[in-house]
Amino acid sequence: MIPVEHVIGLSAALFTIGVVGALVRRSLLAVLMSLELMLAAAALAFVGFDRVWADRVLAGAVRGQVFALLALTVAAAQLAVGLALVLANARNRDSANAEDLSVLKW
Amino acid sequence: MSVEVVSFYGLAALALAGAVAMLAFVRDGVAAVLSLLVVFVSLSGIHALLGAHAVAALQLVVQAGASLVLVLFVLLLSGRRAQALGPRDPGMVVIKAAGAMAALAAGVALAGTVSATMPVAPASQVASGGVDALGLRLFTAYVVPIEALGMLLLAAAVASLGLSREEGAP
Repeated sequence: MIPVEHVIGLSAALFTIGVVGALVRRSLLAVLMSLELMLAAAALAFVGFDRVWADRVLAGAVRGQVFALLALTVAAAQLAVGLALVLANARNRDSANAEDLSVLKW
Repeated sequence: MSVEVVSFYGLAALALAGAVAMLAFVRDGVAAVLSLLVVFVSLSGIHALLGAHAVAALQLVVQAGASLVLVLFVLLLSGRRAQALGPRDPGMVVIKAAGAMAALAAGVALAGTVSATMPVAPASQVASGGVDALGLRLFTAYVVPIEALGMLLLAAAVASLGLSREEGAP
């Protein structure tokens, strides 16, 4: 028996590492990878809670897995568009530094 | 200490180590992507332990197999021009690290407030979480989100094509 708070604790830890990566890393690709990690951690939280409630509600209730699939698919779509943006950025200017994209900065 | 419990904690440790390694590889982009691959494979193993077999398989295929390959493509195609990282700001590192520690502590504390009366059953006891049940529910009760996801993926594909096209190219 794996206690559910350990699953959620792992998901929280991975999510926080993803947030740290999205804020600290200067390369755009590293920021995108950290976003992937955040969504993967969210999918783990969904599946963890689904395992709890699937035993209590009715048999065949797989809501958590459905939402985990939603999270994975949204992650893939987000990554596709993000990578296209990174490619367009790398083509127009020579740096992939996230801090160089400062045209809208005050 | 059953096999499932031991392998859950082993996979969890591997996932955390891979995530920290992804952050630690600042100069080596390929090593960072491979560390993230380790994280995704560990997470897929944990999903399989928790009985979500379809999610485990799709995480391997979609995230580890497609998303990371795409990131590797872009990383290796952007080439040397994209590696110029610019000057580092030393004052912010301490603030960012402190904020990260606080966020991690808050997140784990929040996770600890989850009620202790919700144990996770081992996958061998649960007969209802398999791919059959998921497929049935997906295409009866959740068909609208599935179709919406299909349209989202189509929009993402068209957008990526449009964004990565060069000027004047067909």
